[in-house]
Amino acid sequence: MSGPLLSVRDLNVRFGTKRGTAQVVRGMSYDLHEGETLAIVGESGSGKSVSTLALTRLIPTPPGRIEGQVLLDGDDLVTMPEKQLLQVRGTRVGYVFQDPMTSLNPVHPIGRQVTEGMRFHLDVSEHEARDRAVDLLRQVGIPGAEKRLDDYPHQFSGGMRQRVVIAIGLACDPKILIADEMTTALDVTTQAQITDLVQHLQEERRMAVIWITHDLGVVAGIADRVMVMYAGQVIEEASVDRLFAEPRHPYTVGLLMSLPVLGDLRGEALTAIPGLPPSPTDLPDGCSFHPRCSFRDDERCLTEQPPLREIAPGHHVRSFYEVDDATARAASAAQRIEVEPPEASNDDGSPDAGPPGGGRP
Amino acid sequence: MARFVLRRTAQSLVALLGVSIVVFALIHLVPGDPIRAALGTRFDPEVYELLRERSGLDQPLVVQYVDWLGRAVQGDLGVSFRSGAPVTTVLAARIPPTAVLAVASLVVGIVVAIPAGIIAAVRQGKAADYLATGFSQVGVSIPDFWYGIMLILIFSVTLGWLPPLGYTEFGEDPVDFARRLILPAVTAGVVTGAILTRFVRSSVLEALNADHVRLARAKGLPERYILRHHVLRNAWIPIVTVTGLQLGTLLGGIVIVEVVFAWPGLGRLALDAVERRDYPVLQGAVLFMAGAFLVINLLVDLLYAKLDPRIAVR
Ligand SMILES: Nc1ncnc2c1ncn2[C@@H]1O[C@H](COP(=O)(O)OP(=O)(O)OP(=O)(O)O)[C@@H](O)[C@H]1O
Ligand SMILES: [Mg+2]
Repeated sequence: MSGPLLSVRDLNVRFGTKRGTAQVVRGMSYDLHEGETLAIVGESGSGKSVSTLALTRLIPTPPGRIEGQVLLDGDDLVTMPEKQLLQVRGTRVGYVFQDPMTSLNPVHPIGRQVTEGMRFHLDVSEHEARDRAVDLLRQVGIPGAEKRLDDYPHQFSGGMRQRVVIAIGLACDPKILIADEMTTALDVTTQAQITDLVQHLQEERRMAVIWITHDLGVVAGIADRVMVMYAGQVIEEASVDRLFAEPRHPYTVGLLMSLPVLGDLRGEALTAIPGLPPSPTDLPDGCSFHPRCSFRDDERCLTEQPPLREIAPGHHVRSFYEVDDATARAASAAQRIEVEPPEASNDDGSPDAGPPGGGRP
Repeated sequence: MARFVLRRTAQSLVALLGVSIVVFALIHLVPGDPIRAALGTRFDPEVYELLRERSGLDQPLVVQYVDWLGRAVQGDLGVSFRSGAPVTTVLAARIPPTAVLAVASLVVGIVVAIPAGIIAAVRQGKAADYLATGFSQVGVSIPDFWYGIMLILIFSVTLGWLPPLGYTEFGEDPVDFARRLILPAVTAGVVTGAILTRFVRSSVLEALNADHVRLARAKGLPERYILRHHVLRNAWIPIVTVTGLQLGTLLGGIVIVEVVFAWPGLGRLALDAVERRDYPVLQGAVLFMAGAFLVINLLVDLLYAKLDPRIAVR
């Protein structure tokens, strides 16, 4: 295999806020290969969205500040001139954002919103772009796509809007697709349809996907590797099989034990881990998870930041102490029992079926 | 769309009817005999009788209202208690100067506010923003007569470039018409511009921070294109509304500016009518202002529906 498509090294994102500097992403490093699917999971506010927005500098700077390296085919996106970066956005890195209700511009017909990126980046006529848009919209499951190009976003249900947003993300054939809660607002059937489509594109064109989700069920089904984020840091990273079979970070174990009802992990499910994540403006000294950690409570946890250690090939954990085998197995088992039957799902993708709130205080 | 137009027009007519009732009631809210009140203690009994008969004050209220409304619809708003001239004639002479001044002031305001507001929003927190916000703050907090007086002192008294007062009809002398229009239009325009700048800034800021703008950026669209098609295109919707309301307010007469510049407009007329208790004229002026306001509102709403696809369908 050739080198990675995307190589992120020591990515840090800070925001200047009234209450001081918010350290939202801290020392994130990973590689992404062609055709690979990397899942990022973690609680609301752990920095999943910001860390991926920062890759192509989509966060406002100021108040934001991005440091580190983001190498895409050898080009560093952190220092790349804005003009060149425009070519990267859309064509090499495509985004599907979290909130379908607000991601579309209410005053433009959806067809135009799908084609406008193509018109800038691909050498296509208006007509060809429209044909391609119809094609894409059909693929993401919008019935009667060619008749709906001139409809406005408010004429679509939440689930349908989400599909339009997905079509936009795929419009210019990106090498990397960043899918932020891409299927959370959709019903199970559509969810499967979309994941199939994406997997098909991955096989056909070696597209890589960064899949952000709360839904560990989806993760198990489609991801190759998983990164678990907590308070802006990657606290555990492993292949999907290994992470589910042998979780080693106390937080990951907590996540698996907290038995997420399919689709949403930030609601009641998370109360299974006592306490709340720290504020990014006021991070604890030492390990950021220690205030909620029931596993071990040493002096070292309070004062020293644990490094990300490789405990087995490709399995990294940011903790001084690993969870023992028995607990790990219990967590793994708990997950298997609860996630398998896809009982509760979000409904038909009507406007109020979206995920609860963006979770930004 | 046709239904929307029809419904909004009907609404405006109902509102206008409401206004007419209030305006009609005005004359009857005055304690005692309004004609006596208007004429003061010494008056000619003959004039009194004539006025009383012509205003039909001896009839029951409802009859009087229906009568009055019927005549108003035909353009008969009664006669001035003071001059005896038909109110419609009195109004007709005052409307053009006010309309001209209102439109000119709005143009001045827009020319200042749109660029200033947009630049302030795009360069939020930078020098240009402080400059524009500062102008807006000062503009709203200092009363317009002060600008008027300063402008007269500078451009008329000191430099002698422009006439300080008065109004010339366009047909009479277009150049003099323009020269006399400049100072009052700038005076009222500064205040309008200050109000609008603040509003344009906040509308553009809000549009800039919308989620769909981030998606537009994620598509790799150039910033100028995004500003035009995803920010300003959306910001126009509230801006058009407020600009329309400003025009409505200006048409109601910029009383103080009209007084400072001896501008023979509606605001002046209404002020004089209050002072002289010339109720029919006051009624006519108020009715016209309210009507103009409603018509502009209607136009703004129709434009709004054109700009915002979400409205037209409902
Ligand atoms: N412009 C900003 N200024 C200050 N803080 C910000 C800004 N944008 C994001 N943050 C903070 O960054 C943190 C991480 O946000 P992010 O959206 O990445 O979370 P997330 O993991 O995607 O959560 P969710 O699952 O709810 O989408 C949050 O605490 C948020 O308040
Ligand atoms: Mg997010």
